[in-house]
Amino acid sequence: MGATPEIAVIDDLIRQRLDEILPQRIEAQLQAREESRTPSMAIIATKGTLDWAYPPFILGSTAAALGWDVSIFFTFYGLNLLKKDISDLKVSPLGNPGMPMKMPFGPGWFKELNWNIPNLLQAGIPGFESVATLLMKQTIKNTGVASIEELRSLSQEAGVKFIACQMTVELFGFNHDDFIADVDYAGAATFLPVAQKSDVSLFM
Amino acid sequence: MNFDKELDARGLNCPLPILRAKKALTDMSGGQVLRILSTDPGSVKDFQAFAKQTGNELLASAENNKEFEFYLKRKQ
Repeated sequence: MGATPEIAVIDDLIRQRLDEILPQRIEAQLQAREESRTPSMAIIATKGTLDWAYPPFILGSTAAALGWDVSIFFTFYGLNLLKKDISDLKVSPLGNPGMPMKMPFGPGWFKELNWNIPNLLQAGIPGFESVATLLMKQTIKNTGVASIEELRSLSQEAGVKFIACQMTVELFGFNHDDFIADVDYAGAATFLPVAQKSDVSLFM
Repeated sequence: MNFDKELDARGLNCPLPILRAKKALTDMSGGQVLRILSTDPGSVKDFQAFAKQTGNELLASAENNKEFEFYLKRKQ
């Protein structure tokens, strides 16, 4: 038995009306949900040098300031960034042709100079890395860029979660006492579900 | 423009002006206005994005002589 003509007409009208109002309704609902949702970010920090210490802490602290949920997983050399004393983080221009070598002091023309020092010399001169690190730290200070210590504590203050890879803690012979407080110790199985639910997931 | 609190972020670089502003807003109550001074040219775009994302309204921004000035109204 088919529908009577009147019902068919009503059904048609209902369908027509639904087509008109539904897209708008759904759009509004989706927008409301999007606005009430807290964005999230999961970062893996794997490098333990002064230059590579910046990206995870800059993005982590900024995302937290924007109201995001942030977790940073520290593994391999990244564990160095969690040590109580990080004043010994170094930067190496050796094998890094992208790193400009400029002086942070002296007259303008001197600061503008680009020191092209061959890799062979960089590798051979004792203390080259320490000098480069000293100069970089001075440049950081001169340009008003935050120190790693400051960005790290600002991140923690803002609620960024720090998770250290327990496997690499053991691999490198570290103790939990070597690291700052409020760090969780876990493994890959902890990271993956967090990354799965994150809007932004970065490997550094 | 009237404001309730001032943050001097001059000489600070990314992301410190944003982090300090966020901290300052936390101590304020809804509707109050925070005035921020900055010398970081990147902060112009950053404060627009910060306002959009956090719901704190950017009432005005101005530049004079390489110094930037922002007025942020804390959300209710």
